[in-house]
Amino acid sequence: MEPFKIVKGLVVPLDRSNVDTDAIIPKQFLKSIKRSGFGPNLFDEWRYLDRGEPDADNSQRPLNSDFVLNQPRYQGGQILLTRENFGCGSSREHAPWALLDYGFRVIVASGYADIFYNNCFKNGILPIVQSAAVIDQLFTEVDLAPGYVLSIDLDAQSITTPAGEVLAFDVDPFRKHCLINGLDDIALTLQRSGDISAYVERRQQQVPWLFAD
Amino acid sequence: MAGKTLYDKLWEAHVVRRDDDGTCLLYIDRQYIHEVTSPQAFEGLRLAGRQPWRPAASLAVADHNVPTTDRSAGISDAVSRLQVETLSRNCREFGVLEFDMNDPRQGIVHVVGPEQGATLPGMTVVCGDSHTSTHGALGALAFGIGTSEVEHVLATQCLIQQKSKNMQVRVEGEVGHGICAKDIVLAIIGEIGTAGGTGYAIEFAGSAIEALSVEGRMTVCNMAIEAGARAGMVAVDEKTIDYVRGRPYAPESESVLWPRAVDAWRDLRSDDDACFDRIVTLDAAAIKPQVTWGTSPEMVVAVDGQVPAPEDAGDDVKREGYTRALAYMDLQARTPITEITVDRVFIGSCTNSRIEDLRAAAAIAKGRRVADGVIQALVVPGSGLIKRQAEAEGLDEIFIAAGFEWREPGCSMCLAMNADHLESGERCASTSNRNFEGRQGPGGRTHLVSPAMAAAAAVAGHFVDVRTFESR
Repeated sequence: MEPFKIVKGLVVPLDRSNVDTDAIIPKQFLKSIKRSGFGPNLFDEWRYLDRGEPDADNSQRPLNSDFVLNQPRYQGGQILLTRENFGCGSSREHAPWALLDYGFRVIVASGYADIFYNNCFKNGILPIVQSAAVIDQLFTEVDLAPGYVLSIDLDAQSITTPAGEVLAFDVDPFRKHCLINGLDDIALTLQRSGDISAYVERRQQQVPWLFAD
Repeated sequence: MAGKTLYDKLWEAHVVRRDDDGTCLLYIDRQYIHEVTSPQAFEGLRLAGRQPWRPAASLAVADHNVPTTDRSAGISDAVSRLQVETLSRNCREFGVLEFDMNDPRQGIVHVVGPEQGATLPGMTVVCGDSHTSTHGALGALAFGIGTSEVEHVLATQCLIQQKSKNMQVRVEGEVGHGICAKDIVLAIIGEIGTAGGTGYAIEFAGSAIEALSVEGRMTVCNMAIEAGARAGMVAVDEKTIDYVRGRPYAPESESVLWPRAVDAWRDLRSDDDACFDRIVTLDAAAIKPQVTWGTSPEMVVAVDGQVPAPEDAGDDVKREGYTRALAYMDLQARTPITEITVDRVFIGSCTNSRIEDLRAAAAIAKGRRVADGVIQALVVPGSGLIKRQAEAEGLDEIFIAAGFEWREPGCSMCLAMNADHLESGERCASTSNRNFEGRQGPGGRTHLVSPAMAAAAAVAGHFVDVRTFESR
């Protein structure tokens, strides 16, 4: 996983609440057995006018010019601005894979669904929560200023706007540590294998029916 | 000191290690695996040269991509076939038990697990699937995870987790005639919203939940995630213990372990003085048959109601959502729900494909016919064993005589990863769990209902109040 330090990037406003993971990456692309290559199909049903298929040449497909990802001023975005309950629905990690593959490293929203939120951290994406009032303010600022860029400093837990305003955000210390250092969770947990074995030994005495294998 | 909630008890029994900031290493007793969210996890193990910590704790079954028609020729879609074959290959390589597509025990993972007794009270249960919350109906802590976590559990049998807050949803009193678990859970989601349970584990309680069968409780817990909660659960009672008794992977009821297990299970309930961060109470008697009208499960009304108007929404963001949903669903505000016609009907999914669901639908279908305007009415049992049982009870004949299609088990049209899907613009009465845009096929329009309501819509050609229908 790529370590996350500071991301300074163009903000793309997706002005909807309850964006579900079916919308982020539709089901036909979940048939892939790979982790990569989902970017061209991010928000597929909103982004294109035809139905996407896993084998299609996406560069030949008709674009929905109204959709934000297709507007010239938002090309090359790295920060997605959206609203409440982003990433609700299915647990598919293909959703953060698609966002990352497209180029997003940060999401700023007023809330996330729990599983999606967790999946972001496993893939080097930082999901930031801000109040609905701040989100409203950011939508207005982005709309008024083409080329609107935010600077996100994870270590300092700060967002800096083009006007120099600094907004703070919260992040769980363990997740922050893993994200900044690009750490592999599994390796960390395996360092605790002695604890796991001791737990299992104790537990086998208490609830032997759960260890019938 | 205050007592403990069911969730507190389940959590504490599985903490391997707790760090000062509250991050816990949690032991996982059971992992279910399906073909869609596991290939990259197995690939991760392979790349790192890791082996599963405890392969026998995992159970795999392909469900999302499998055809629900004749399977003797295999899967015709090459991409789906590769994914299903990849699951089998991975299970063989890493020593994980799989029920393959032609095994009579195959079915939807959340139906198969409890049916086999592979989910037991007191367990931690995970799967790379958000509807893992289903298993909480047995007094287990069960929640969906992403693929990175699937790999983590395979490699370590643990997960790094933060504890959620405690919410109790109490449904008190007695539901009326014709009201089932699906109506209860849709009413709950309508009350608290799709983000109402975010950050919480929900315990469903109260006399109306206690009155449900274990299968009905699974329907309720299944949709905890649609209320935003990763985990839903119900306390253990005699029904739970009766449900588990005699199942293949449960402790043998004649063994010395059985009474010990039952003793431990009886404590799997919230203490009387347990403290919840939030309690929501619903009056069971006030719950009517529910129908979703929009593109989020919280967009739900009673069958005798009307499609709402954007101005009914509480704030600007919601109003925008209503406007978008009405346009996508091609509905006019103030249309009575019973005037909405349907093109297809889907009875199935991990929410509503168990035997009591099929019985409820068959009781409506019996001696009636699918309406002329309905293109297709599918009945997809949750597992091969349920299919057999339904056939032994003659339910298949009732459905077929009424013009329904009787299919092989799988996820099917709930998310349309196999051949079963809506065409663009088609409207479906569905017993599944999500009415998102495009969920059942691009441009498809989904209305979530109970099995009886779906069957009634099939024979009427539009939504009807099932309470006015005679069950046969």
